[in-house]
Amino acid sequence: MSAVAARYDKLQELGAEVISVSVDSQFVHKMWNDHELSKMAKKDIPFHMASDGPGNVGKIYGVYDENAGVELRGRFIIDPDGIIQGMEVLTPPVGRKFDETIRQIQAYQHVRKTKGAEACPAGWEPGKKTLKPGPELVGNVWKVWDPYKDH
Amino acid sequence: MAENEAGCARPTGAMVGEPAKEQPEEKENQIEEKKRMSVARVGAKAPDFQAPAYYQGKFTTVKLSDFLGKWVMLCFYPGDFTFV
Repeated sequence: MSAVAARYDKLQELGAEVISVSVDSQFVHKMWNDHELSKMAKKDIPFHMASDGPGNVGKIYGVYDENAGVELRGRFIIDPDGIIQGMEVLTPPVGRKFDETIRQIQAYQHVRKTKGAEACPAGWEPGKKTLKPGPELVGNVWKVWDPYKDH
Repeated sequence: MAENEAGCARPTGAMVGEPAKEQPEEKENQIEEKKRMSVARVGAKAPDFQAPAYYQGKFTTVKLSDFLGKWVMLCFYPGDFTFV
């Protein structure tokens, strides 16, 4: 979570807020912030650290491990209408790549801005080629999108 | 007593041995419960929740629907003071 705190400005630029969730109490969250995370991020955790002791929130989101009594690494991108656009779930020993979340938020924001007129192909990043779905594009993606150049 | 290996998942107690036999009507309830529980899906409304939270020096309550109109990154993780 310190990695998210360290790059929190980037999320703010995108108008995104963060809620982190674990089964620890809010009091333990405070201790973790004070004694470890703030030292790693070189600042206090700027976002909401929620406590889900009984795992009720995790269960609803399908990321609560009943046997271990902990949440899995589930990350959900929720749009301004409250719709889940993206989700990724990892088992505990491997961490997430923050920049990938940023890329996905940017891509969904782009699609939203164009009201779905443009789609973001594999490997899309801001400034890269988008596709305009329609009858003319069917069977013709090979003409406009090169997986070696445009990915 | 052997020392436990330190991992990312917090060790907790669990059932040992054969699970107790369930009554059929209980089983039905469980299935229903499971259906009701796992409702988060892409393209669907994010299930609303509220939870106690720590936020910038204060103990607060965070509610997902308070953030309608903004993008939200909702992050679950195994536990405070774990390694990854």
